[in-house]
Amino acid sequence: MAAEVPRKKKKRKGRENKKTRTVLPNTLSEPNQRYANNQIKTTKYTLLSFLPKNLFEQFHRFANVYFVFIALLNFVPALNAFQPELALAPVLFILSVTAIKDLWEDFRRHRSDTEINHLDCLVYCREHRRYVERFWKEVLVGDFIRLRCNEVVPADVLLLSSSDPDRLCHIETATLDGETNLKQRQVVRSFYDLDCDFDPLKYNSVIECEKPNNDLNRFRGYIIHSNSRRDALYKVNLLLRGCTVRNTEEAVGIVIYAGHETKAMLNNNGPRYKRSKLERQMNLDVFWCVVILLVMCVFAAVGHGLWMFQYRGQRPVFEVLSPDGSDLSPITSSLYLFLTMIIVFQVLIPISLYVSLEIVKVCQVFFIHQDMDLYDEDLDSRLQCRALNITEDLGQMQFIFSDKTGTLTENKMVFRRCTVAGVEYSHDANARRLAMYQEIDSEEEECTSRGGTLPRRDSIGSHHSAPMHHSAPVVLRSHSTKSHRRTGSRAEAKRASILSKHTAFSSPMEKDVTPDPQLLEKVNDCGAQLDFLRLHGRPWSQLPSDLADIMDFFIALTICNTVVVSSPDQPRHKVRLRLELKSPVKTIEDFIKRFTPSRLTSGSNSSSSSSLATNRSSARGCSSILSSPSAESTLTKLEEEQQQSLNHAFSSTPPSYDRKLWQEGAKLRYEAESPDEAALVYAARAYKCSLVGRLPDQVTVELPQLGKLSFELLHTLGFDSTRKRMSVVVRHPLTDEITVYTKGADSVIMDLIRTEDTGKRRKKILFRTQNFLNLYAADGLRTLCIAKKTLNKEEYTYWLQRHLEAETSIQGREELLFESALRLETNLQLLGATGIEDRLQDGVPETIACLRQAGLQIWVLTGDKQETAVNIAYACKLLEPEEEILTLNANSQESCALLLEESLHYIQTKFLSSSSPFFQPPSSSSSSCHSLPFMVHRLGLVIDGRTLAYALDRSLEDTFLAVARSCRSVLCCRSTPLQKSMVVKLVRNKLKVMTLAIGDGANDVSMIQVADVGVGISGQEGMQAVMASDFALPRFRYLQKLLLVHGHWCYSRLANMILYFFYKNAMFVALIFWYQFYCGFSGSAMIDQWYLIFFNLMFSAFPQLVTGTLDKDVSSETLQRLPQLYRSGQNSEGYKPYMFWMNMLDAFYQSLVCFFIPYFAYADSDVDLFTWGTPITTLALLTILLHLGVETKTWTWMNWFSIIFSIFLFFSVALCYSATCPTCSSPSNPYWTMHRLLSEPLFYLLCLITPVVALLPRYFYRACQGALFASPAGLGAELKTGPVFEPHFLSLSELVKKDCKMSSDFSKAPANQDTAPQVKEGTGRTPLVVTPASTPLQVQTAGVQVTLPPAGGSQPVKYSRKSEEAEPWQSDHAAANEKQQLGAQASLPITV
Amino acid sequence: MMASVYNAKDEDGHISVSGPSGGSAAAMRGKRPENTAFKQQRLPAWQPILTAGTVLPAFFIIGLIFIPIGIGLYVTSNNIKEFEIDYTGVDMSSPCFNCSQNLSWNSSRPCTCSIPFHLDQPYENNVFMYYGLSNFYQNHRRYVKSRDDSQLNGDLDALTKPSKECEPYAYHENKPIAPCGAIANSMFNDTLEIFYHDPNGTRVPVPLTSTGIAWWADKHVKFRNPSENLNLTAAFQGTTKPVNWRRPVYEMDSDPHNNGFINEDFIVWMRTAALPTFRKLYRIISKKDNMVPTLQRGNYTLEVVYNYPVRSFDGRKRMILSTISWMGGKNPFLGIAYITVGSVCFFLGVVLLIIHHKYGNRNNSANNSN
Repeated sequence: MAAEVPRKKKKRKGRENKKTRTVLPNTLSEPNQRYANNQIKTTKYTLLSFLPKNLFEQFHRFANVYFVFIALLNFVPALNAFQPELALAPVLFILSVTAIKDLWEDFRRHRSDTEINHLDCLVYCREHRRYVERFWKEVLVGDFIRLRCNEVVPADVLLLSSSDPDRLCHIETATLDGETNLKQRQVVRSFYDLDCDFDPLKYNSVIECEKPNNDLNRFRGYIIHSNSRRDALYKVNLLLRGCTVRNTEEAVGIVIYAGHETKAMLNNNGPRYKRSKLERQMNLDVFWCVVILLVMCVFAAVGHGLWMFQYRGQRPVFEVLSPDGSDLSPITSSLYLFLTMIIVFQVLIPISLYVSLEIVKVCQVFFIHQDMDLYDEDLDSRLQCRALNITEDLGQMQFIFSDKTGTLTENKMVFRRCTVAGVEYSHDANARRLAMYQEIDSEEEECTSRGGTLPRRDSIGSHHSAPMHHSAPVVLRSHSTKSHRRTGSRAEAKRASILSKHTAFSSPMEKDVTPDPQLLEKVNDCGAQLDFLRLHGRPWSQLPSDLADIMDFFIALTICNTVVVSSPDQPRHKVRLRLELKSPVKTIEDFIKRFTPSRLTSGSNSSSSSSLATNRSSARGCSSILSSPSAESTLTKLEEEQQQSLNHAFSSTPPSYDRKLWQEGAKLRYEAESPDEAALVYAARAYKCSLVGRLPDQVTVELPQLGKLSFELLHTLGFDSTRKRMSVVVRHPLTDEITVYTKGADSVIMDLIRTEDTGKRRKKILFRTQNFLNLYAADGLRTLCIAKKTLNKEEYTYWLQRHLEAETSIQGREELLFESALRLETNLQLLGATGIEDRLQDGVPETIACLRQAGLQIWVLTGDKQETAVNIAYACKLLEPEEEILTLNANSQESCALLLEESLHYIQTKFLSSSSPFFQPPSSSSSSCHSLPFMVHRLGLVIDGRTLAYALDRSLEDTFLAVARSCRSVLCCRSTPLQKSMVVKLVRNKLKVMTLAIGDGANDVSMIQVADVGVGISGQEGMQAVMASDFALPRFRYLQKLLLVHGHWCYSRLANMILYFFYKNAMFVALIFWYQFYCGFSGSAMIDQWYLIFFNLMFSAFPQLVTGTLDKDVSSETLQRLPQLYRSGQNSEGYKPYMFWMNMLDAFYQSLVCFFIPYFAYADSDVDLFTWGTPITTLALLTILLHLGVETKTWTWMNWFSIIFSIFLFFSVALCYSATCPTCSSPSNPYWTMHRLLSEPLFYLLCLITPVVALLPRYFYRACQGALFASPAGLGAELKTGPVFEPHFLSLSELVKKDCKMSSDFSKAPANQDTAPQVKEGTGRTPLVVTPASTPLQVQTAGVQVTLPPAGGSQPVKYSRKSEEAEPWQSDHAAANEKQQLGAQASLPITV
Repeated sequence: MMASVYNAKDEDGHISVSGPSGGSAAAMRGKRPENTAFKQQRLPAWQPILTAGTVLPAFFIIGLIFIPIGIGLYVTSNNIKEFEIDYTGVDMSSPCFNCSQNLSWNSSRPCTCSIPFHLDQPYENNVFMYYGLSNFYQNHRRYVKSRDDSQLNGDLDALTKPSKECEPYAYHENKPIAPCGAIANSMFNDTLEIFYHDPNGTRVPVPLTSTGIAWWADKHVKFRNPSENLNLTAAFQGTTKPVNWRRPVYEMDSDPHNNGFINEDFIVWMRTAALPTFRKLYRIISKKDNMVPTLQRGNYTLEVVYNYPVRSFDGRKRMILSTISWMGGKNPFLGIAYITVGSVCFFLGVVLLIIHHKYGNRNNSANNSN
């Protein structure tokens, strides 16, 4: 970053502020040279710096340093190990391969950089006084840039002018965040009302803004005009580099950040590097290898010293003097020898291990990528592995943290029900329609495609054509509601979803809402009434209050959002629908003017825009900025005028209702940032209250009977997760009142409803709505409350003043705006509530059940309210009806602590001390073979965000974890993104378990990043989660195969491969070690140095790569049928510390065999050193390859080929090597050795017996293991042969009982242990039925109720158990009644 | 041998996707992975499952193969006749005791001793005569390297400028040593001769062939005299003999084809032994044409010109007479090993059989219940 430069003194504060950057236009001053220019250079190296820098980076890897160190040791003559050049070869090979890879990548980056740097754009040139074409790289901060439609923004540009009459510029940010909906950007306020073209030469303002940062969603700064007036700048004024300009002919802006300082570039951090658990474990064993190496070297050195010492100065002839003829003392000699041995034994820490691992992982990633089962046809997306080196972690997961919305559910919000003014409209027809989708969904492929040309649906009412989606012709609906015949609807839905995959939230399921007849009638009634009122010039307030509520309700649904309207035939074209163009008035003064009756009656339409009321300049024209009164003065004026009353009726809009326009409106498309907004807008449209246009300052709504109405949008107080609501402030065109419409979570809205001095009716509405809300939540619907509030001018002015202050401040603006919003959103009047269904994704319950069987604990962390979350949890089988639920709702630290203690106590008394045979006390089984001291019980834990905040406190976290880990499933509701990540972090760090976080939205990013493996759902909520993830899946259900199959495979493959690697090298090196006993510990090697060095790199490299990539210990089908097999990975059964040592022992045994059989076979013979060493090499190679064969579970032709190829390679290399150059490669000089060996029968006899002897123990052990302690994996493999599944399952569960490892946490899978499967004897063919026998849990059905003294106002923990016969879904009424009884408590204990 | 399963997954029913809108849908599914057996990891495969039942036959087969081989090897090895005599002279009683004392490399006076021995059996065919050394670490790291193969290959440059590897045996009195290096310097220089004592009392020297004892490739490719056209003495002009040698290299033998670097005794010595106790082929006693055995039973004398000091490293010197078979010299080890391994496999096979019968039934019964 080149911007560490002294800052300009700010005029007002008069002190140096280093936190901002100042941008002067380049037309006035010299270019802002001190800021980075727009040239980007993402390459790491230059031609000159490549070699040193790349080497430097490679040497950051400890292993590389080690290998180079060893290679350099060879150059010390006193050690005379290998030929130094030869020793360098493998290191150089590895280094150069990496270097070439880096170079190639860098070159590609360079090429793309050059390409990007040489893109053209129009930059204003001072000399030519016009825009000229320049390369991107020549753009400087302070340049004026003219952007045309569909151009990509070259730098972060502050929008100063737009050809759009509304001074907007639409951009598509898909390259930045993957979100495909258009976003609006606004011209800076001061330039808003320029009538003529923007002239850069007249621009003389100074921009102060924050220093470059990577927050895409924040931009703060202000512009200082020459008259020292300051206007605030926002995110909406900034066009980010990489976005594409759409729908806008031309836009002009000034460059604020360029090149590497743009937000896009700052966000561009490369792929993540994570180290897998297996690799961490492996590194520990690499360390042990180093220890073994040192021990061996010290042993040899001491041995050499003693060996020399025994001659006591009588130097024998074979004890060669040092080259200069001097005698070496035993001690010096053994010191040298120590170093020599390190070189000789270097193979023990194999240079190829790391390289091979990388290769295998890349291959594994390739295969995961290629899996058809992980490809989603509807979305045309497949799994993406974004992290290349943690594939094996997928096989070791223990905890899954899942987001709910969009992850478990489809995030396709479907409007289901609503309640307005205390009356519920159940939308049964709509529910049936949705059920049809579900049904047809499940019928899968049967449906023949009929295309979208069929008349698609029946409908209600012959009123006007219903809103239809995209290009489908508008068909009049018949009144036959009964038959919801939807021929080919699935195919159509599918096609539509394919067609619309780039425009979110527009499947017909979401778009078409069948209106509730009752409500529709009321809406029509309301329309008629309004018509009547309008005709008779009566004020709108005479409308009956329930109808008014309905009207307001739909208006709120329509306008209280940020939905952008576009037309379907030009999907990227904004619908321009301004009723009449008016002069752009943008100031507070104008706003005040519009409050005066004169102006209101002057015939100017109420749709005059006001937009976000910020500090605006009042005067018009190109030079408007120069003379504008201050905001303060306008405010005082406002106060003066506020006494004037507003009194008018339907003066504004002519009833321009015409059918054509309406139909046009029906074809409109809505692009929303969140799917529920779209759902609500579509729902409102079903009642013909449709949104037809949105401008920053105006929303146009089409109402039944009334035609188009334009609401002047005064403020939009956007949604945030703390407030959990959003509001719009509009001026109602009918009443001309300032109206606030608020939409938000019911828990917050209900608290904001004005309760005092309201009528009985209002109170009743409130009460009934609350009941309905509870019902909705019980149905698993997302509930939103709609409320409104009318402000009088006084209140508004008061609020506006403080709001403006907040908006213009730079420091702490967010907080101030937040407070300002809080001030506004009070004393609301409840209109109604909506229930939106978020349907579960396909296969979620099955996947969850399967993953749970696999021993994974699944926690769901959601921002949803408790009731909704619990119901979804039931729907997706996260919670089981027979499970007990612990609900923790506390509202103070103390009560939370008490609750946790109590729960823990309850769990302990309940499960641990009870003599239940099904829940073994932890001390007996689990502690002996499992680190988890807690059992997992059939318990569910539900905790809300507030309690979670207390529970995550340092003092309580241990208790919380103790409680939570004993539960089978945990559900955290109302949790913030930060809490999500804290929970993950806590579990990960405290329990030392492997965690996987899966989510789809921006709110899951932190959780995804914290977890060991982050999985993003490439769904509808943009790409942020995917960007942060290690793996991106199209659907939640693919997690099953990813974990159970690929995870298991990757893990077992890599675990086997690593163990094999250690074994292989130890075995090979030990051969030389044994030889030291027969060569006076002189560091001599009977294996030719070429063989020694290339053994790993060439002869034995391929088969293990093939096996590491392709081996399958259990078939994919079995793994999915028996999720229990996943536990082997969780318990790291593929690679336990003892396995390393067992492998080492085996390696030493095998090397003993490979050494001593030739030793005795050639003892006291005339064999020479290398003629003896070559058979040993051959034998070692054969043994090592056959060892791999024993360990290979699945033989494909690739395995055969690789093993045969390796043997062939060795012999052909050896033959060639010993046939060439009789004088080279001293001292071994293998001339003709191999040929001679091959002519000796003894050689073949050795080749036959040695591998057999060497592998006999392992082979026998494996056979016994297979027969006696059949591993689940082996059984699973066997299972494939069996035609029927169940009997094997029985044997598995028997096995499980025997096997301590398995049984430790087996209580998690009740089907296997609780209800021990029984085979009905005699009934030969009867498949085994696993009947859930009644557990003691269910026998003692009396509800346990642990109630705390209501100290601190805490909710009681309620442990309640459902009796067997009661169904969870038995009746909504029962639940509702119970909830009613419990009163209006904010949080209700969930009864099951 | 093992339970083998071929899974023909590649024919498995994959959902054949016929998109609702035909071609356009196919075009849109650009990301669809290819459905090939390789990419879907469904290559036909053999999955051996190692359990007692499946592994059993392997053990029996190994046993059945190995035991006959072992017996054959053992018999072959036992048919080889071998006679060994230690002539180091450690014991006072040994005839060579005197020679072994006070011996050094540079003693000019040769010491001879003769050791009588008796062969119990006649030796047929070619009899190989070896000298054996014990405790001689010819495989010592620095020792092994101390040679210059280029020089031995007749390279003239290397002759006058021996390689660094030879140091400190590269130059002596500023003259390059030929052959250089510690291996050459420490060459075995005892002379062994055998005399047969006729039953009628005459001492008949046994004819010893000194050629054909080195590898053909060594003699003809690896080792070459410098400038073969010249007289050897001239060829080695300017070099000096190794320090411990009595005669220069060009005076090794009178036969010009067995002199200089291509002297076979020298070549044999230069092939460094793998283990500290080793033997090296010294002479061959060719078989006679007629039916008379090569070496009859009877009394013999070994005449030794005792030059080679081994006392400094506690070494032993032996003379070995041996016949050889197709599998080399006498070595009962392999035969015993084969028999043992075969038996062990057989035994393990039985163990597995028991295991299989006792525990393997579980799976079977489960299978049967279908």
